Amino acid sequence: MHHDLKLDGNAIGGLMLELFGSDMTGAGSTCGGCGAHEEMARLDVYTGAGIVVRCRHCEAIMIRIVQGRGRTWIDLSGTATLELG
Amino acid sequence: MVETAAVGRRLTWLTASVAGAVEETPRVRTLDLDVPGWSGHRAGQHLDVRLTAEDGYQAQRSYSIGSAPNDGVALTIERLEDGEVSPYLVDEARDGDQIEVRGPIGGYFVWDGDEPEPVLLVAGGSGVVPLMAMARHRARIGSSTPMQLVYSSRSWDDVIYRDELESLGLDVVHTLTREQPPGWTGYSRRIDAELLRDVAWPASESPRVYVCGSTRFVDAAADGLLELGYEAEWIRTERFGATGG
Repeated sequence: MHHDLKLDGNAIGGLMLELFGSDMTGAGSTCGGCGAHEEMARLDVYTGAGIVVRCRHCEAIMIRIVQGRGRTWIDLSGTATLELG
Repeated sequence: MVETAAVGRRLTWLTASVAGAVEETPRVRTLDLDVPGWSGHRAGQHLDVRLTAEDGYQAQRSYSIGSAPNDGVALTIERLEDGEVSPYLVDEARDGDQIEVRGPIGGYFVWDGDEPEPVLLVAGGSGVVPLMAMARHRARIGSSTPMQLVYSSRSWDDVIYRDELESLGLDVVHTLTREQPPGWTGYSRRIDAELLRDVAWPASESPRVYVCGSTRFVDAAADGLLELGYEAEWIRTERFGATGG
């Protein structure tokens, strides 16, 4: 896996579908930092040892995901809301 | 078959068999997959591929589906020299070989064919693959929605789907950024506001836009469209990078 590769929310569509059980690329999100509302596909995603999702407007970390030993750890503290269709 | 736990809809790994291959360019190949249990897809969606080595090591990547909905599952893959998955899929996979796939994935970067707006597709290299699914879908359903493709490739030999693109009834504008054939009269610049101003629908048409390519390509194209007065919500983007490998 490339380190610190900047992608977007489409790239973690499979993982998010696995975790949330519905398509999240089109899910609305609100940044806990600046309040910007965007579909998850439009957020900046960096993949490395884990996954970091940042607001495309203020670059605040909205979501962090780390997987290992069959478990998944999700930090949503930077996300104010997620809206599933 | 391994099932992945998920709430609601289950995302399941399915066993797919290679059922055909087409060399698109020296670095790019299309694989037709036979996927028992596949639920169908929408134009623009992708799937995840998982390969398992004999020692149990697993590598997983995402690839866009290039075939139209209701026309099977075809992946078009570009070989990345240092990749873990693409060299196998491009150079080694043979008819009957089995791989694991899960999907379809994505509800944002999709075009269903009943949207009223004219469509602008902007592709960088193998970013053309999900856009090709849209172009094929439009032709297949006999849609009269105006559609244009602005497609950046390194050279004429690197143009994926080159012949078929001419037969789909959409307006195709090529730009060849590294090497042009003798007598080339088309574009040779990277896609930016100036090129888009020449060829793209005017902002007054409120087009629906899909941009796919590398991060740098997508950002440059989207910035160019904003300069032309396009609104951010008209522009759907998909950056790849991890899709290779």
